[in-house]
Amino acid sequence: MDPSKLPGFLAKRLVKAAIVVLAIVVCNFFLIHAAPGDPASVIAGQSGAADERFLQQLRTQFGLDQPLYVQLWIYVKGVLTLDLGFSHRQQMPVATLILDRLPATLLLTGAAFAFAITLGITLGTLAAQRVGSWADSVITVLALTFYATPLFWVGLMLVLFFSVWLEWLPSFGMMSVGANLTGIAAVLDVAKHLLLPALTLGLFYMAVYARLTRATMLEVADQDFVKTARAKGVPEGQVVRRHVLRNALLPVITFAGIQAGQLVGGSILVETVFAWPGIGRLAFEALLARDYPVLMGVFFATSVMVVLFNLLTDLLYAVVDPRVEVA
Amino acid sequence: MSISRRGLIAASAAAAGMGPTLMRVEDALAQGIAPRRGGTLTTILQPEPPVLQIGVNNQGPTLIAAGKIFQGLVKFSPTLEPLPELAESWTISPDALTYTFKLRNNVKFHDGTPMTADDVIFSIMKFHMEVAPRARAIFQRIDKAEAPDAHTVVLTLKAPFEPFLLMFDVTACAIVPKHLFDGQDYRTAPAVQRPIGTGPFRFAEWQRGNFIRLERFADYWKPGQPYLDAIIYRIVPDSQSRRLALETGQVLMTAAGDIEPFDTPALRARPNLEVLTTGWEYFSPLSWIETNHRVAPLGDVRVRQAISRAIDRNFIAQRLWFNIGKPATNPVASTTKFHDPSARIAGFDPRAAMQLLDAAGLRPNAQGVRATIKHLVLPYGEVWTRLAEYLRQSLRQVGIQLELESTDAGSWARRIGAWEYETSINFVYQFGDPTLGVERTYVSSNIQRVTFTNTGGYSNPRVDQLFAAARDGQTAEQRRAAFSEVQKILVEEVPQIWLMEMAFPTIHDKRVQNAVRLGTGVHASYDDVFLTS
Repeated sequence: MDPSKLPGFLAKRLVKAAIVVLAIVVCNFFLIHAAPGDPASVIAGQSGAADERFLQQLRTQFGLDQPLYVQLWIYVKGVLTLDLGFSHRQQMPVATLILDRLPATLLLTGAAFAFAITLGITLGTLAAQRVGSWADSVITVLALTFYATPLFWVGLMLVLFFSVWLEWLPSFGMMSVGANLTGIAAVLDVAKHLLLPALTLGLFYMAVYARLTRATMLEVADQDFVKTARAKGVPEGQVVRRHVLRNALLPVITFAGIQAGQLVGGSILVETVFAWPGIGRLAFEALLARDYPVLMGVFFATSVMVVLFNLLTDLLYAVVDPRVEVA
Repeated sequence: MSISRRGLIAASAAAAGMGPTLMRVEDALAQGIAPRRGGTLTTILQPEPPVLQIGVNNQGPTLIAAGKIFQGLVKFSPTLEPLPELAESWTISPDALTYTFKLRNNVKFHDGTPMTADDVIFSIMKFHMEVAPRARAIFQRIDKAEAPDAHTVVLTLKAPFEPFLLMFDVTACAIVPKHLFDGQDYRTAPAVQRPIGTGPFRFAEWQRGNFIRLERFADYWKPGQPYLDAIIYRIVPDSQSRRLALETGQVLMTAAGDIEPFDTPALRARPNLEVLTTGWEYFSPLSWIETNHRVAPLGDVRVRQAISRAIDRNFIAQRLWFNIGKPATNPVASTTKFHDPSARIAGFDPRAAMQLLDAAGLRPNAQGVRATIKHLVLPYGEVWTRLAEYLRQSLRQVGIQLELESTDAGSWARRIGAWEYETSINFVYQFGDPTLGVERTYVSSNIQRVTFTNTGGYSNPRVDQLFAAARDGQTAEQRRAAFSEVQKILVEEVPQIWLMEMAFPTIHDKRVQNAVRLGTGVHASYDDVFLTS
């Protein structure tokens, strides 16, 4: 990679990214408003009693009595100044709502990501090294199973086994509420709550990485430069690490880039099953309540992350494989 | 018994010394266990409320949790007798126009300010009048509200209104602190985020999506109470996870719609759990097949009768709800006042249903289908989907093809409100009196494009007249006559096809005492709830 090209490359990509994000904001706005029902009718439906005046008051308060293009303009203006708006339903700024949920989400998805990528690549490498052996078969079958099993089912089974039968781990939540734990005890408490959801979320991706690593490693292992390396007497471990794995990693990085982009979005399913207070649930509940500003805020945050991680992935290619040029 | 006399009896009972200390002894005796101070009640709240200020938000979960933070002037027994709460006594004038509430004089808000008549009048005449549609409809009947002294409130009505007292439960009219709301937009005032009431528990912490923690209010007006140190509401969105949380002892109690009816038999079997279905008498939700009379053939009374007779309500009660609740017999739930047991809808009889459809001119075609009707499935949980499937199957038996449409809560509320449906399921609270919770569905003056009005479009001048007579009737006897007649007409005309008198299971660990004592069940203040060790 030629470092002098980097600033120009970054500037170009960032401008493009801004345009993409803005387009996403506008599309989301119209998509969300196209869904039938509005926050006022949802609140009326949940309150069990309403009258015209009540609905009108809510719509005025939420700014829904303005024409759609005015609402869009207000929103875009807000986003451009990094003001994500206000959730009238919850009486809180959207940015606060999202930032409150962000740590929980990042902890869960980050743990799942780290677990998936380490174990996935390790297992994939092991399988590729011993292709055709019983170890390879076990790993392949496991990977295929986790790849094909629905997440929520894995989650429920893990809960049944570890929480109900063995009573080792809590079945839901992020911490023991009201226990007033501090220091190491608090960390351990969160870790205990984190284990099952992170495992549930990570197993699928682990399977993907294992399969991907195995396949590409087998592909690379047949190539001439690997044979050359072996012929000149490079130790097997080094051949695997420096010649095979490094070249096989590009597709894994591509996929990891995609998964990393989803980190902020969280996982509605896992967060719901384990009552994990993350962003996925915030978005889902906002959708059901037609809490437009929150929903658009979450979409905005996730789209920014996806764009950023795509950029990061491109840069990483160049680091792993110097033949790839940034341009 | 007229309500004025009932009021006097309750009032004199209070004056005769059923003070805080004696009440506590009575509570303990009722259980045979001495109350124990301390401990935290961990339970579940679902769905998560947007805010905890009663009035600004009146969803079920809001009322349950905020019912510990706020209090009303009175509370209601399972038979809907008013009991003293913030008002230690009250009298009703012989002409039934003047209500005089004597307030307790040792009540403090959580910020230390004493509660006075000013706060009560502000709550009624300004706060709830402005933000809460149900309270507004009733409190408009108040001519003037006065405070002769700091602990007396006198409300004078424009005309007698017998169910008036029912509006002073915490779930209908929570007393809020005037000094934190007056002069501000009530919906956006800072106190909405940090609710301040007079209740036994005060708002402590809310981690959204995770839990709400309420803690003991040390200056509560009943000395020595509440017994609990804290109540924690966990937010658990998945119904199976909620069941597991209860089974594994991670929460001690569930309520309302936390547990699906089909999960209750397994929980009943567990020796450490108690399953209660009482505590919904004040609300008495009644469910029905919501029919839009503007859509043919549903405007034809014979078709509605036929649908009603094609449904086996016992099956629904036993197999879908596992005996939580019972079959509806008429538009007024049996736990609501003025229910007339002699007015009953015709029973399950598919043959009669087919004759009615024949008479309505709906003959079966080659596939045996007489009519095709769309049905908007109520999106409030798995059991409603099962109900829709049962309805489709049983109506097919008499030749009506029900086409199920799925939706989410937002679309459902909008489509019902906009009359854009053929049939659906609906259930509404009755609030103890048909004037408060039944009338709205059947009178033609309430045909509005708003959810929970007369969205079906039913109109019968005689029904309008009778509901008006019952509303304005001075004595319970006058009102009863009108209500009985209207129930007899409605069971013939079946404007909505009633299904179930609903209840919700309150399931708790046996260590939890006094979980359900009132007609409002888990919405009560919980100052008398305690944990045995």
